[in-house]
Amino acid sequence: MKKDIVFVQGNEACVRGALYAGLDFFAGYPITPSTEIAELLSEHLPAKKGKFIQMEDEISSMCAIIGASLTGKKVMTATSGPGFSLKQEALGFAVMTETPCVIVDVQRGGPSTGLPTSGSQGDVMQARWGIHGDHAIIVLTASNGQDVFAMTVEAFNLAEIFRTPVILLLDEVVGHTRERLVEPKAGEINVVERLRTSVPEGTDYHPYLPREDGRLPMSDFGGTHRHNITGLAHDMWGFPSNKPDVVYGLMHHLVDKIETHVNEITRIKEFFVEDAECLLVSYGSAARTALHIVKNRRARGEKLGLLELQTLWPFPARLVRERCSSANHIIVVEMNMGQILGEVKKAVENPERVFLANKIDGGFITPTDVLNFIRITQGKGV
Amino acid sequence: MAVKDYIRKRFFPHLWCPGCGHGTIMTAIIRAIENLDLKKNNMVVVSGIGCSARISGYLDFHTMHTLHGRALAFATGVKLSRPELTVLVPMGDGDACAIGGNHFIHAARRNIDVTAIIMNNNIYGMTGGQYSPLTEYGDLATTAPYGNIDHSFDVVKLATGAGASFVARTTTYHVNPMIKILEKAIMHKGFSVVEVLSQCPEQFGRRNNIPSAVDMLNSYKTNTTPIGSKEKEKNPDLIERGIFVQEERPEYCAEYDKVIERASKGR
Ligand SMILES: Cc1ncc(C[n+]2csc(CCOP(=O)(O)OP(=O)(O)O)c2C)c(N)n1
Repeated sequence: MKKDIVFVQGNEACVRGALYAGLDFFAGYPITPSTEIAELLSEHLPAKKGKFIQMEDEISSMCAIIGASLTGKKVMTATSGPGFSLKQEALGFAVMTETPCVIVDVQRGGPSTGLPTSGSQGDVMQARWGIHGDHAIIVLTASNGQDVFAMTVEAFNLAEIFRTPVILLLDEVVGHTRERLVEPKAGEINVVERLRTSVPEGTDYHPYLPREDGRLPMSDFGGTHRHNITGLAHDMWGFPSNKPDVVYGLMHHLVDKIETHVNEITRIKEFFVEDAECLLVSYGSAARTALHIVKNRRARGEKLGLLELQTLWPFPARLVRERCSSANHIIVVEMNMGQILGEVKKAVENPERVFLANKIDGGFITPTDVLNFIRITQGKGV
Repeated sequence: MAVKDYIRKRFFPHLWCPGCGHGTIMTAIIRAIENLDLKKNNMVVVSGIGCSARISGYLDFHTMHTLHGRALAFATGVKLSRPELTVLVPMGDGDACAIGGNHFIHAARRNIDVTAIIMNNNIYGMTGGQYSPLTEYGDLATTAPYGNIDHSFDVVKLATGAGASFVARTTTYHVNPMIKILEKAIMHKGFSVVEVLSQCPEQFGRRNNIPSAVDMLNSYKTNTTPIGSKEKEKNPDLIERGIFVQEERPEYCAEYDKVIERASKGR
């Protein structure tokens, strides 16, 4: 059987993944290095009767997709650095109102306008804590076009399952690298559809009353159940409330619905982890370099391994601790000043085993960069 | 139907102060919807943040109480996604013209079929009386204790300049004309703006020597005049009310349908 093989940028793999997942509505504002996502969707969405709109800024783009999601649509926006900062207020609204949506941040060098055309992984902590207030969030990432496709579909699925915004944290290198993509056939990857309420018309529907399994069935705006959505603390009716017991319940629900499902949300890839004496922990484009080294050194008999994280948040601390238990050295490879390093140190026993191999000057982290770090940790010098 | 058939009792008592004009606007909106015989399930009300914005929760429609200034952006998502729904966006003057000013002019420029109702009390009510872009030069506010040196927007001119295809102004004193204007605004196919002068005796009146709601309402009677009246010629300071713009122009969602049609044929 002929396979659908294309040669595309990571950004296009994201677009194809989103369409595969059933994207209906996209709103965005151009910014390098994410712009191709908007350009491609402006062409492909109308062709399937979907909606594309270029809004006046990233704030309104984020708001527009939330509005569209509440009418029952699968929605996405895409941006980078400065635009991701602007989205935070409405992202918090999506968290509070439990509105499914996907936000793609193709990371570039920051802070501020920073390095528009350079790769970086500097937004890992912003993705976790960019919005104010206690909350939990799902953040996925990917290291190559094939995985970008799959993780984009996952992002839509998790958004629906957990009724939450999901951030897809790509980076300039992955977004702009053109490579082979084998397009999955329909049905090859599971696509989760929205869970809608079965409460009949005329019977009270509570938008924020979890079922026994913790999930919250939705009712589309324009449907038979007229309900209220607010960013204020609210009760099960969606009405504002500042009663301590209501607020307490809401806060726990928002955090627990994600934090207690870490295993279900965690996606990883493992390469020679089991007997690794030196274990690299990496993600996104940096993981490509890490994988290159691991394969290369294994061929020479050196016991290197790679744990590639595809779910960054909620951070899979227990899994990382377990996988790192027998390694002598753990090297976190990332293109920032140690944003995941801190999480790995927190997670593992004997955190003095954990070192950072990074690059923050806008260049892509190379095998030589990482090998030099490894030599230092092994006391061999550069 | 009675007014109570359009409101959510669970939500009451409302948070508006005694004498506030916002409740009058809510009643007028309900009357307009009733007169037009619009189905509740087809109505979406999207509001931002402010005293005015609380109106969405009180109404028994599909309602969204969103972020300060962003209501029109959320509403754009709703409307473009489901053009068959009737979308109303009640906003405060700060909501619409300060933090939301950019969304306001762009929604007008697109001419998307949404009705924006600007509940203009010339002040930030919810946060306790700071000056807004619609506070007049010289007025007092908690953040303008020596008098406001900002100049205010003229919402009608702003909306017209930005491309709104329906623009009107009315006041809480003129309830029946307000209902008629709202009916026309809702039925208008395109972006409609209705500015309603709404008294805030508590945060504006008290600080500006007009502490009684009745006096404020009377001032709407004496300080305004229908568009093009003789009085305006005699006294240019009078504020005009009525419908300033009502034009048929290509509406955004209808235009988008053309894009879909073109896309289905390929470029
Ligand atoms: C981003 C943001 N900034 C500031 C506020 C605080 N805030 C809430 S309502 C409001 C002003 C309300 O005034 P207006 O929009 O005129 O409506 P009114 O309360 O007078 O009806 C402000 C500044 C906020 N909620 N969000």
